[in-house]
Amino acid sequence: MFEKIAFYLEYPFVRYALIVGILIALCSSLLGVTLVLKRFSFIGDGLSHVAFGAIAIASVLKLTNNMFLVLPVTIISAILLLRTGQNAKIKGDAAIAMISVGALAFGYLLMNIFSTSSNLSGDVCSTLFGSTSILTLTEKEVWLSAVLSFVVIVIFVLFYNKIFAVTFDENFAKAIGTATNAYNLLIAVIIAVIIVLAMNLVGSLLISALVIFPALSAMRLFNSFRSVTICSALLSVTCAFLGIMISILAGTPVGSTIVAVDVAGFAFCCLGGFVRTRLG
Amino acid sequence: MALLTVTDLSAGYDSHAVVKDLNFTVNTGDYLCVVGENGSGKTTLMKTLLHLQDPVSGKILIGDGLNQNEIGYLPQQSDVQKDFPASVSEIVLSGCQARCGLRPFYNKKEKKLAKENMERMGITSLANKSYRELSGGQQQRVLLARALCATRKLLLLDEPVAGLDPVVTGEMYDLIASLNRDGVSIIMISHDVSAAVRYGSHILHIGDSAFYGTKDAYLNSSEGKAFLLQQKGQVG
Repeated sequence: MFEKIAFYLEYPFVRYALIVGILIALCSSLLGVTLVLKRFSFIGDGLSHVAFGAIAIASVLKLTNNMFLVLPVTIISAILLLRTGQNAKIKGDAAIAMISVGALAFGYLLMNIFSTSSNLSGDVCSTLFGSTSILTLTEKEVWLSAVLSFVVIVIFVLFYNKIFAVTFDENFAKAIGTATNAYNLLIAVIIAVIIVLAMNLVGSLLISALVIFPALSAMRLFNSFRSVTICSALLSVTCAFLGIMISILAGTPVGSTIVAVDVAGFAFCCLGGFVRTRLG
Repeated sequence: MALLTVTDLSAGYDSHAVVKDLNFTVNTGDYLCVVGENGSGKTTLMKTLLHLQDPVSGKILIGDGLNQNEIGYLPQQSDVQKDFPASVSEIVLSGCQARCGLRPFYNKKEKKLAKENMERMGITSLANKSYRELSGGQQQRVLLARALCATRKLLLLDEPVAGLDPVVTGEMYDLIASLNRDGVSIIMISHDVSAAVRYGSHILHIGDSAFYGTKDAYLNSSEGKAFLLQQKGQVG
């Protein structure tokens, strides 16, 4: 088996997939804890569908690099969603559901009407489930992902204490003079960037899994915010690595294999948490 | 000048005033209890005082060297916090957030302050425990320690004993009274008038008819008599 792995690692596209996969897994797990606790677990889903719609528009407009359209559109939607979460006529979950299915339908409609490729359902399927795009990354895309991931991680570390304060008790933080709106905005922008990145890895239907599973798993096992954050980052990276390896060896789709490993990880953590409380 | 001077304040949502025409002051060392029926706008008033929402009309002036971000706040517990994975020390330390400004990490002085406040609230032994595993009274102490990290001057407490059993309620009131004796001014929202007149130095009654004055004046006022009698009736 190791010979087989070594054989595959000779290929640059496998190495790229591993690098990008692990970076994305790391980034998406960082904000997962905050999103789960703010009751925004589904935001990943909603935003990724928006990104799907934007990709459809980009392909209709025949843009060579769709990142320039997809990223701004997703960031704007994220800001709108997280802002309305506080005091809006349409509440958080309904707003997300609305934008999410709306963008999905609109995107598919556009792709269908202005179809440019002969294999429409294949295109749609790979955008939704990220089936092969992770294995077709160019060196430029790897660099872009690496730089964006690095920026996300640095921002998260620098603002870690602020993000904690805003997540735990927004009113208190605001009352003592923390610029909570600015930090909510920051969280929204970061999550949008992560989602656009992660679309390559698991596709837009499975992104939520990458955001919430590591966080939920870590919350079964640990009690402080710091240890939950660190644990979820480690778990996410491990699961992504295992998932990519398994998918290469077994020839399964990358995205869904990673998510399946995440689910298995969650089951183990539940068991661990149960045993721990039983043992006292 | 007083710590807090409120003139002709109306507070509410979307320019619809829930409480109207309030006038009161809080001086250093005061213990002001805000009482009134459910729905009379006590929490709305508190959010307005904290600048979480804008006043509908009127003014809130702060003075005596108090900054807006030096008002400590003990909120009612939210759902999010009930299953939040955070250790006691992490939460208490987050009260120092305003002192950081844009600096990303806490310095030694702030960590020391958090430690002192945990000691003062008697929760040092819980420092590494998870917040969600604590009892209601312990959780309130944690949040109180956090509020003390934000201020030494003025604390706003929103129903600090809600959901606590009688013994723990008594301990909580004693703790707040001891903070007040140490020079921390207190504004406490409560629907428990008997505690308000026992511990408070001033009473602000909001509702159909408003009253502001010292505790003794309140006990002799028509609002005070009526409200006390009504609550006794409910208890007995």
